[in-house]
Amino acid sequence: MNADLIFDLLKASFGQKVLQINLNDQPQSIEITAQENRELFTFLRDDDRLYFDMLSSITGIDNGPEVNTMEVIYNLYSIPFDLHLMVKIKFDRETPLVPTVSDIWKTANWHEREIFDLLGIRFEGHPDLRRILLPSDWEGHPLRKDDILQERYHGIKVDY
Amino acid sequence: MAIQYTYHPDHLKNSEPIYTSVSSLKRGEMVFNIGPQHPSTHGVLRLEVVTDGEIVKEVIPHIGYLHRCFEKHAESMPFNQTIPYVDRMDYMSAMNSEHAYAMGVERMLGITDQIPKRVKYIRVLVAELNRIASHFVAIGTYGLDIGAFTPFLWLMRDREHILRLLEWTCGARMLYNYIWIGGLYYDLPLQFEERCAEFSAYLKPKLEHLETLLITNKIFIERTAKVGVLPLDLAVNYGVTGPMLRGSGLKYDLRRVDGYSVYPELDFDIPIGTGAMGTVGDCWDRTYVRMQECHESLKIIDQCLTKLTHELKRDKDFNPRALVPKKIRPKAGDYYVRAENPKGELGFFFRTDGRSDIPVRCKARGCSFVNLSVLPEMSKGVMISDLIAIVGSLDLVLGEVDR
Repeated sequence: MNADLIFDLLKASFGQKVLQINLNDQPQSIEITAQENRELFTFLRDDDRLYFDMLSSITGIDNGPEVNTMEVIYNLYSIPFDLHLMVKIKFDRETPLVPTVSDIWKTANWHEREIFDLLGIRFEGHPDLRRILLPSDWEGHPLRKDDILQERYHGIKVDY
Repeated sequence: MAIQYTYHPDHLKNSEPIYTSVSSLKRGEMVFNIGPQHPSTHGVLRLEVVTDGEIVKEVIPHIGYLHRCFEKHAESMPFNQTIPYVDRMDYMSAMNSEHAYAMGVERMLGITDQIPKRVKYIRVLVAELNRIASHFVAIGTYGLDIGAFTPFLWLMRDREHILRLLEWTCGARMLYNYIWIGGLYYDLPLQFEERCAEFSAYLKPKLEHLETLLITNKIFIERTAKVGVLPLDLAVNYGVTGPMLRGSGLKYDLRRVDGYSVYPELDFDIPIGTGAMGTVGDCWDRTYVRMQECHESLKIIDQCLTKLTHELKRDKDFNPRALVPKKIRPKAGDYYVRAENPKGELGFFFRTDGRSDIPVRCKARGCSFVNLSVLPEMSKGVMISDLIAIVGSLDLVLGEVDR
């Protein structure tokens, strides 16, 4: 099953929530709405024809203040059917809040914490949204395009 | 100028506070830290452990002590200059990480099919050598954790041979920058194939010795069998890959599943855990899988050497840098590429804009990072000594956990 068919399948079940398909990406990607998409992710995991049981990676992207959007990208893989799928979510930079998938795929727990840490995207319903890589008293989210580094951290000059 | 640090007693508490609230502890419970400086955490990993006597109630890993901003660096330099940083992620298996990264960028450029066969075979050869070295550290330090000192020394001795072979190819012992996008730094040094064949013949009986000395040793089995059982469904849900997933009984190896590079032409098996000494997915199974993979890697090395000395013989006109692109400018789009590292699936996510040599975003999906996230689940209700056995069996490299 290729991305076209998955797109049609999702379109049939979720209609308006499925926005567009991009065939240029590798693996091919499907963009969905940022709100209320947990059912869709559960469908992707549990459906007999898809069975995306492995969440390989979640990536957060900041598109910068000019475009004023942020993205979260899920890379799914189905072990039994050898299927790849990239699912994208785009949302406003001012309200970086997306529903968590950490109860659907447990691996998302740490990935989402990392995205929160580095990009400041919040995951609604996440059980334990703390910083993971950076120290807890670090200021700012360094992968944001407009992040300004703090001058000193515990007396250590940050920017060299 | 030296780094200036102003001491304040609150700094430690504020930068990485204890997660458990002490007031919620029940009678007899205690919180303590293992690490970040502790020999059996294999690096700067801090485990906050809640215990009731000898029983572990909860484990909370604190990571990030070795965070070196890989993703931020990768966003600010061209693709080819990122390779040394990739080396430093999983410093135990730098060749494999380079291989994954270089193949990923080549796939983005669409030049995968043009890479000469000799280059591909050399890449696989050095990657498999490095895989053995990585597994040796994993098995050796694991033995050390649970009280077996001799195997560690034996394995370090044999790993040194591998590191010297790899040093011969590129000049560095551990961080190679040997596999370049589109080719290699240099062809193999003269006589490398012969030396490597000698080493392969030398290592085979050593692996048998190791098996009798450590893997089937009664004390080792007692310490690891039925300990830290990771059920398959949990492993998949946690995204666990590599020998850990295979130890839980799934025949899943990206070298076969994705069939990248020349792996489809090579003959090797995928060992899986069968629960021979206890339960499927216990610490013994994971170690046994690593041990068996060393045998399989040796098989691959032998086949590569045969190819490299016959059909794809050394030729003085052969230039392994011939295809190295001057400008690395993939088409705009999003890419996720992955390959099998000794520790699991190493994935890279790239976003490129098609206008510059620098990726807009590069994310590394480290296998150790994901494999560590399953630890709290695996170590509920075990003894403290078993916790050490479980942490050792994960085969963590903190450079990759923290990136």
